[in-house]
Amino acid sequence: MNPHSSDHPLCSDHGGEHPTVLDLPHVPLGLKREWLDLETRRHFLGQGVKALGWAGLATLLGRSAPNLLANSPIPGAPAFLPHYAPKAKRAIYLFMAGSPSQFETWDYKPALADLFDKDLPESVRGGQTLTGMTASQTRFPIAPSIYKFARHGKAGRFISELFPYTAKVSDELCVIKSLHTDAINHEPAILQLTTGNMFPGRPSIGSWLSYGLGAMNEELPTFVVMTSKMPHRTNVQALSNRLWSSGFLSPEHAAVALRSGSDPVLYLNNPKGVESDVRRAMIDGVNDLNRQLFERVGDPEINARISQYEMAFRMQTSVPELTDFSNEPQSTWDLYGPKAKEPGTFAYNCLMARRLAERGVRFTQIFLRSWDQHSNLPKNIKLMAEDSDQPTYALVTDLKRRGLLDDTVVIWGGEFGRTVYSQGTLTPTNYGRDHHPRCFSMWMAGGGVKPGMSYGETDDFSYNIVKDPMHIRDLHATILHLFGLDHSKLSFKFQGLDQKLTGVLPSKVINDLLA
Amino acid sequence: MSRRFVILLLPLLSFWPAFGADVHIPAQIEFNRDVRPILSDNCFSCHGPDAAHRKAKLRLDVREAALAKEAFLPGKPAESELIARIRSSDEDEIMPPPDSHKKLSARDKAVLARWIAQGAEYQNHWAYEPPVKALLPAGANPIDALIARRLTEVGMKPSPEADRRTLIRRLRSDLHGLPPTPAEVAAFENDRAPDAYTRLVERLLASPHYGERMALGWLDLVRFADTIGYHSDNPRNVWPYRDWVIASFNANKRFDRFTLEQIAGDLLPDASVETRVGSAFNRLLLSTEEGGAQPKDYEARMVADRVRAIGTAWLGQTTGCAQCHDHKFDPITQRDFYALGAFFTDVKEASVGRREEGMLVTTPEQDARLAQLDAAVTAARRAVADRGGEIDVAQTEWETESGGATQGAPRDVATALKKEKATRTAKEKSAVRDHFRTQVSTVARAELDALAAAERTRKEFADSLLHCLVTEALPASQRRTVRLLPRGNWMDESGEVMKPAVPGYLPQPRLDGREPTRLDLARWLVSRENPLTARAFVNRLWKQFFGTALSRVPSDLGAQGETPLNGPLLDWLTCEFMDRGWDVKHVVRTMVASATYRQISLAPPAQLAADADNREFARQGRFRVEAELVRDAALAAGGLLSPHIGGPSVKPYQPARYWEMLNFPARDYATEQGEAQYRRGLYVWWQRSFLHPSLLAFDAPNREECVAERNRSNLPQQALVLLNDPTYVEAARGLATRILAEGAGTTEARLTFAWSRALQRAPRAAEARIATALLDAHLRAYRADVPAVDALLATGDSPVPVGLDREARAELAAWTHVARVLLNLHEFITRD
Repeated sequence: MNPHSSDHPLCSDHGGEHPTVLDLPHVPLGLKREWLDLETRRHFLGQGVKALGWAGLATLLGRSAPNLLANSPIPGAPAFLPHYAPKAKRAIYLFMAGSPSQFETWDYKPALADLFDKDLPESVRGGQTLTGMTASQTRFPIAPSIYKFARHGKAGRFISELFPYTAKVSDELCVIKSLHTDAINHEPAILQLTTGNMFPGRPSIGSWLSYGLGAMNEELPTFVVMTSKMPHRTNVQALSNRLWSSGFLSPEHAAVALRSGSDPVLYLNNPKGVESDVRRAMIDGVNDLNRQLFERVGDPEINARISQYEMAFRMQTSVPELTDFSNEPQSTWDLYGPKAKEPGTFAYNCLMARRLAERGVRFTQIFLRSWDQHSNLPKNIKLMAEDSDQPTYALVTDLKRRGLLDDTVVIWGGEFGRTVYSQGTLTPTNYGRDHHPRCFSMWMAGGGVKPGMSYGETDDFSYNIVKDPMHIRDLHATILHLFGLDHSKLSFKFQGLDQKLTGVLPSKVINDLLA
Repeated sequence: MSRRFVILLLPLLSFWPAFGADVHIPAQIEFNRDVRPILSDNCFSCHGPDAAHRKAKLRLDVREAALAKEAFLPGKPAESELIARIRSSDEDEIMPPPDSHKKLSARDKAVLARWIAQGAEYQNHWAYEPPVKALLPAGANPIDALIARRLTEVGMKPSPEADRRTLIRRLRSDLHGLPPTPAEVAAFENDRAPDAYTRLVERLLASPHYGERMALGWLDLVRFADTIGYHSDNPRNVWPYRDWVIASFNANKRFDRFTLEQIAGDLLPDASVETRVGSAFNRLLLSTEEGGAQPKDYEARMVADRVRAIGTAWLGQTTGCAQCHDHKFDPITQRDFYALGAFFTDVKEASVGRREEGMLVTTPEQDARLAQLDAAVTAARRAVADRGGEIDVAQTEWETESGGATQGAPRDVATALKKEKATRTAKEKSAVRDHFRTQVSTVARAELDALAAAERTRKEFADSLLHCLVTEALPASQRRTVRLLPRGNWMDESGEVMKPAVPGYLPQPRLDGREPTRLDLARWLVSRENPLTARAFVNRLWKQFFGTALSRVPSDLGAQGETPLNGPLLDWLTCEFMDRGWDVKHVVRTMVASATYRQISLAPPAQLAADADNREFARQGRFRVEAELVRDAALAAGGLLSPHIGGPSVKPYQPARYWEMLNFPARDYATEQGEAQYRRGLYVWWQRSFLHPSLLAFDAPNREECVAERNRSNLPQQALVLLNDPTYVEAARGLATRILAEGAGTTEARLTFAWSRALQRAPRAAEARIATALLDAHLRAYRADVPAVDALLATGDSPVPVGLDREARAELAAWTHVARVLLNLHEFITRD
């Protein structure tokens, strides 16, 4: 027999060696109970189909026998017990697609004010690859931020005037100014941030978490993605399914796209002329007939199919409840702002993210596009900030007041940074910025991240990192760590290799960021 | 190991290592079957083929090298370092080391010890050895004989033959991807001639639907899609290649020729439009139009993409690892990777930017027509030229008379006319001349009009012709260079420039010192000496007809794949395929003719316990059909399926706004009207970044990478698609319409008709009871709710029969739900 296919119910790399969570010291009792509960549910699954989370159920029943072991080491259970005591149970990732400039947001560079329209010293640029968009520029004139900064919070952090609301939760944020990436164009850069690799085909962060930790609820997906309406439509990035796909992991780990409007999950709505009692009768009919077949042929796939119809039915009930905001009190609208009532806006999506977090969705990713300000940056970044600042603040505040921020990590950022020099003509009131992979800023809050902290420093031009560089792989390793997962152990065998979110190059958890 | 077994084990998980020792260990250890997987999984990463990362200069993948370092003493496990290390409890001694996160089970350790005790013999990796054709008794079906041999060894018995209805459903699914009609089933059930089965197979093999079914897997393998993939994911012209694949399978084109045309269809001595369309294969990779994209980056991606494609589609090797370093498990080196990539430096392909329109794809009739139209244009031009002098004189007069009055002239002509004749540019002169000739001249009006008409006709015809991206070879001076990229980094140009070469670990082509071309690569892939191509092909074919491949991972015949349990069978099929001139239909016929193929798919409990995954083929497989075939089955049952073969991709109903995240440019989705709405799933528009969601739900791959094996998941989204996608609701309405029109008057007779259309059998009594109760409930509800009836029946473009009264429409609505139930059944989408 082949040891990596059928002998080992555990991943070959993890042949039963890890202790269970019950053996670990310092694990809160509640968490131990959760795992015991999970063990019990696994046990039930051996005897018959009981309701289990979307992913969990699908992991158990979700594929034909030949693929069962190929795809997940233990049916009906997450692939990996946590390697450490987790701090975060959920994440909400606010993905600012197109990449906001660090100069106007989080990386305050007061010294640049005196260098307006001076040429960027060649020594700073150091032979950096440029995109096709500025490679032919004869000058690289320095463009200081047109927006002012002021100190906020107990920590006295400098925050741009573009974010008056987010500034109010400054002490909750851990701002990282020293992120760096390998890619200089959007497509590879977004892929690298969402999947750890510049090439298509890898699972995204949410899929890894779904695979590694399983589901926390019984009627909603584990990984949800939302895309937001934009306040303006210039330099809009294209997005694709591959940013939230499960790659080589089983498809139940892919994100379910939650859409705005009347059809929030694809094909969730009944056909016209079908009332919900008809729907129930129909599903009963399908399941009754499938049960008859099961009695004749005994194929467990049939029982799996029956469970999926039950799950589909539950979703048809739970999703409308999820998207019905009528029970939200006035305080919600005061907090998130009036745009939160308009489906599909970033504000609406932030509120939805909170509702998803409450219902046990593990990973929610919200994309907001059109931060790619190659030109007219002052005007357009303001539009973007005005659209997203209050809802971002509201989300952090709302999670906190509901006690969810402690175990929900919120992540904000784009896919790379932008250049200190202007792309195109520089005037006192207008400029643009090109892509810049060598440094960029992001922030995280909650979920075991150290609040009020700043990490990493860049040079006076925010061109190179001078202290504590943090590669995207380190960000991924750190996020997994917050969830109790060791990035070097969370792996899946594909094409003969133990594939990991952080890949094969060195990556480390940034312990300084941990609360 | 069975699923049930795994579940029973769960409470025991923490005792796993102890449990492992109980697992049976073969008396006679076989290196490839028993030892190589353990070494490959746990040791080769540091002690394997990758020299750059080898630890302690020890390699365990080559016996002589391992012996030279005294890794073990054959026959003496107790004195062997390897055994001491794996049994050590000292953290500094134990292998694999703790920080590798790898760990040997007790069984693994026992296997290694027994292997050393028996002399530590190695075998070359099975897939790189020449296939050997087993000698078999005359008269026996070779597949059945080799399966029987294996079943005897493992103490199992084959299953009985399935009933006729199951057999024809199975054959139609495997050979056409479509369900049989009730009449076909009845005819086969009633055909008592001894050759009934053979005749059925031959009839199905001769149908053009055979090519469609065979194309399905091949299009995954070569990542065929209608769009470029990256960033804007814009369309490109490649669909004639799909028709070429279908036609090639239907014509039973030899697989070696099929290979040559795809990789080097432009270089063949007898290159033609057809072979060039085949060479679209080289253009199926991903490309980008992103503004800031670095050409070198995408050039490197394209090299790697092409190498991976050859690896997956022909060699059954995972080459991707070697893009950055020597493969850790297989002998493919980084040099091999880039040398393989160097075969493609002559393929004309922009590294960044819009793809070109492509080659004109014409039939001989179209060529003749085009020549005819060209001749007509030439003749018309000549007629005009004969009177050219007169026309020019008239033009001068007109210009003088009008004196720059430009009423009615287009702006550029008006501008030109205002200028002195001598100062006009060539472009302006020609604009004035064209304007005069087409719009103004009264001289030679008939000749001028005839020319315009001839030109228009030609253009309209030319515009209606098809284009396809194909391979065009660059002249030697313009070929790209391929460098070995250290760590796969395209920015590092320090690596050596590579010359084309096939992987060093495989038998080499005879070249007499000549630098090999793409054509040489293609010929080598399908040469008798190459042990991989035919193996990979028949292995995949086996999966199509039995549900599981003989070597379990069709994309990987290397060390991390699986040594086939029935090696002689895979070898026999490999040899037979090549001996018979790469005759695909012959191998297909051989497979489906076997008693092994005709077995039932039900397993008695004992067999299920012994072989849950059906690795021994003591029964047939049962599995949910591919995404496209789910669609086809529903459309067929609803009487909506278009029988048309080939043609451009189609856009069936798709949820609104599904493409809203596409940009550069933003795009609308134009849903097909008429017959095009009801084409087979094979023809659905393949948008890589947003594949049609109902195909995606059933595991159709996005075709960004070559895929040798699809997932077979079972997810709630599938239920939602079958329940609510308008395609399936409309198909159910279509089925209901037929039930009412063609089923005899009673509910019982109608149910019999419905079951026979959808499942090709009669309903059982209990099923009929359930369906009747459902029907009655719906009928009551719909009789009272006319708006609901109207709304339901309005789903889909196909017309509702006219002249139905209120009661008939309520009946149609109620039966639509019965039909929906049928289309949602597990049995409906399962091939067994």
